[in-house]
Amino acid sequence: MKLLIKGGRVIDPKGVIDDNLDILIENRVVTKLGKSIKGTGCKVLNVKGHVVFPGLIDMHVHLREPGREDQETIETGTRAAVKGGFSSVVCMGNTEPPVDNEGIVGLIYAQARDTGSANVFPAACITMGKKGETLTEIGSLKKAGAVAISDDGNCVMNSNLMRRALEYASMFKIPVIDHCEDVSLSGDGVMNFGSESVRLGLKGIPAASEEVIVARDIILSAMTGAHVHLAHISTAGSVDLIREAKAKSINVTAETAPHYFTLTDESLKTFNTNFKMKPPLRTEKDRKAILKGLKDGTIDAIASDHAPHVKHEKDVEFNFAPFGIIGLETSVGLSMTSLYHKKILTLMQFAERLSLNPAGILNFKNKGHLSEGADGDVTVLDIDKEWTVKEEDFVSRSANSPFVGWKMKGKAVVTVVSGKVVYNELS
Amino acid sequence: MAKKVWNGKNLLGLEELSAGEIIHILDTAESFREISTRSIKKVPVLRGKTVVNLFFEPSTRTRTSFEIAEKRMSADIVNVAALGSSLTKGETLIDTVKNLAAYKIDILVIRHSVSGAPHMLAKRLDASIVNAGDGLHEHPTQGLLDIFTMRQKKGKIEGLKVAIVGDVLHSRVARSNIWGLSKLGAEIILVGPPTLVPREFEDMGVKIVHNFDDVIGEVDVINMLRIQLERQNKNLFPSLREYSNLFGLDDRRIKKIRPDAIVMHPGPINRGIEMSASVADGPFSVILDQVTNGLAVRMAVFFLVNGGSKIRSML
Repeated sequence: MKLLIKGGRVIDPKGVIDDNLDILIENRVVTKLGKSIKGTGCKVLNVKGHVVFPGLIDMHVHLREPGREDQETIETGTRAAVKGGFSSVVCMGNTEPPVDNEGIVGLIYAQARDTGSANVFPAACITMGKKGETLTEIGSLKKAGAVAISDDGNCVMNSNLMRRALEYASMFKIPVIDHCEDVSLSGDGVMNFGSESVRLGLKGIPAASEEVIVARDIILSAMTGAHVHLAHISTAGSVDLIREAKAKSINVTAETAPHYFTLTDESLKTFNTNFKMKPPLRTEKDRKAILKGLKDGTIDAIASDHAPHVKHEKDVEFNFAPFGIIGLETSVGLSMTSLYHKKILTLMQFAERLSLNPAGILNFKNKGHLSEGADGDVTVLDIDKEWTVKEEDFVSRSANSPFVGWKMKGKAVVTVVSGKVVYNELS
Repeated sequence: MAKKVWNGKNLLGLEELSAGEIIHILDTAESFREISTRSIKKVPVLRGKTVVNLFFEPSTRTRTSFEIAEKRMSADIVNVAALGSSLTKGETLIDTVKNLAAYKIDILVIRHSVSGAPHMLAKRLDASIVNAGDGLHEHPTQGLLDIFTMRQKKGKIEGLKVAIVGDVLHSRVARSNIWGLSKLGAEIILVGPPTLVPREFEDMGVKIVHNFDDVIGEVDVINMLRIQLERQNKNLFPSLREYSNLFGLDDRRIKKIRPDAIVMHPGPINRGIEMSASVADGPFSVILDQVTNGLAVRMAVFFLVNGGSKIRSML
C-alpha cells in the first residue's frame, strides 16, 4: 500500500525543513521526501495550501480503558486523537485496574490494534497499584511495550522511592514521568490558592504544592543522572526551576497543557466544574511564565492531559466534581490560536513541542520527523481555518471541556497513521 | 450609573450587588421591622407562595429566622433537611432541585456546605433562590443583617471602622461583610493569625492586623467570628487556649474598646473562647439586635425577590 501526500508545505523540525515537498509512504514507512514525486499505483492525497507535519504526539492522555469505559474507550479516545491531529498518544496507567503488570499492557495493545485509530503507547505505573509503596517490574513492563512509567494522578511522595525509580529505570532508557504534587500542601484544595480562592471561599492548592516536588525531582535527577519528565507544569515557579536545571544540564524535560497557557483561575468565578483540574488553573503571572517557557524551550512539550468524565460526574457541586478536562480535540486549535497566531511559536517550534520533542523524550527514533525511514505518521493542518468548539462535535465519549464556544484558528484536516488516512476532512 | 433599586430574582451574594442595591434592601428592611412588633405579626405578601427551605448543613438559628420570616409573610413552607432525604440515597443536588421545580415552588432557600452550590442551581431553576450560606463563600442575609445593625447603631456605614476578628478564611459571614461594607465605604480591618487571615485577603481591599490589641481601641465595630473547634486539629492554631488569649474578647481586652463601639457575633457563640460571657451579655453587645434585625432583613429579601417593589400597598 502506497500513499503519496502531494503539494503541501512540509515542516520537519529534525531536518529543519520548511519547503513545498511531497511525501511517499510505502509499507507504513516514509520512503521518499522530495519535490514533485511521481508515484505509480499510489493513493494520492492532495494537500495543496496546507501544512504537513510529522504525526503529532500527545504524550499525556487518559483513555480510561480498562475500567471506565463509560468515560472513554480506546476506540473513542483514539478517534478523538486523530480528529484532533494526533497520530500517537501515550495513555496513562491510572486505569482500573492500573497498568502495573504486563497483562494490562498487552490488553491495551490488543484493544488498540482491534479498535484504535491512532498509535497507542501505554505508560505503566511506577509503583504497584500506584500506591507509592513498591516498584513495579519495570523491566518486564518495558519488554511488554510500556513506553514510560508514571503514577500519574498520584505523585510519588516518598523521595527515596522516587530516587530508586529513577536509578532503576535509567538502565532501561524508559522515561519516568512525575505528577508533581505535594499532597500535604494540596490538602482538600479544589482550585489554585490565591486571591481568587480566598474570594470564592474555595479551598486552595498552592503553587508550592507543585514546585516543591519539581525542585525535589530536579535534585534527584541531578543526584542519579537519570532522566525525569515533569508532567503538566502549571506555575511560574516551576518554569524557573526547570530553566535553571536545564542551564545546569540536569537531565529533565517538561510538558504543559493548553489550558495552562490559555486560562487562569479567574475563570472559576462561575463555579463551572469544567474549569476544575489538577494541577489547577493558576494566575495570569503563571500563564505568562508558561508562554515564556514554551517560547524559550524550557518546556519541551505540549500534552493535553485529556481526562474524560461523564456529564453527571461533573454536574455536581464544585467540591464533589472530579478533576480533569478533555483536550485531544482542542489541543491543536488552542496551540495554533494562542501560540502560532500570537507569534509565541513558529510552525517549526510548534512541530517540536507537539511531535519531535515528545518523540525524543519517549525514545521514538522514527517519529517526530519525516526523513526517509520515518514512521508513516503525518498530520496536515489548515493553519488559518476558523472554527468554533461545539459540544455536539466531540467524538470523545465525554464532553467536559471549558472551551465549548471558543473560536479557534487552525485545525487538523488530515491525519495519517502508518501510511493509512484515518481522518480526512478535505474530501 | 449604579442601580439604586434592587429587584433581583435571586439573592446569591453581596459581591454582585451595588451599593445602591444594598441600601435599597436595608431601607426596605426598615419598614419590615415594625411588623414583628404588632400583635398580629403577619402580612399577606407571600400568600399562596411556596417557599422551600433546603438545608444541607445543620442550622438552628438561620433556619429558624428564615422560617419565622416566611410565616410572617404568610408563605406556605416546606422544610427539607438533607439528613433522611433522597440525598443520602445518592441523588444529586440537580435531581433534587429538578424535583422541587416540578412542584412549581416560588422561592428556594438553600444552605449548602459547598461554595457555589446555589449559583449552580440558579442557572436551572425558575424559582427565586435565596442563599442561606454556601460553603466558605457567602452568607448574604447575615451580611445584610450585620450591616443593618451597624447602620442602626452607628447611624451610617461610610467611614466606619470595622474589625472582623477570627477565622476569616473559613467564614462566609466575613466575606459577605467584606463585600457589603466595602461597597458602602466602611474601612475593614481583619484580625487573626496568618493561617486564618492569609495576606491574599488584601486584594479584597481590606487591612490585615495580627495583633488585636493594636486596633481594638480605634474601631467602631468589632464583629467576632465563631471559631470552629475542630480547626485546632489542623494546625491552623496550636490550641484554643492560645487562640483565646490572642484573639478572644475577654473582660481584660474589652476595657480597651471605644466607649461608643459595638460588639457583634453571628452566633452561635463559643462562650469563653471568642468572647467571655460577660462581654456577650454586656453593654457593648448588640448580638440580640442582630437576631431581631435578621428577621426584618429576610422579610425584605423575600419581599423584593417576589417582585415587591411594585406591591408596596400590600403592607
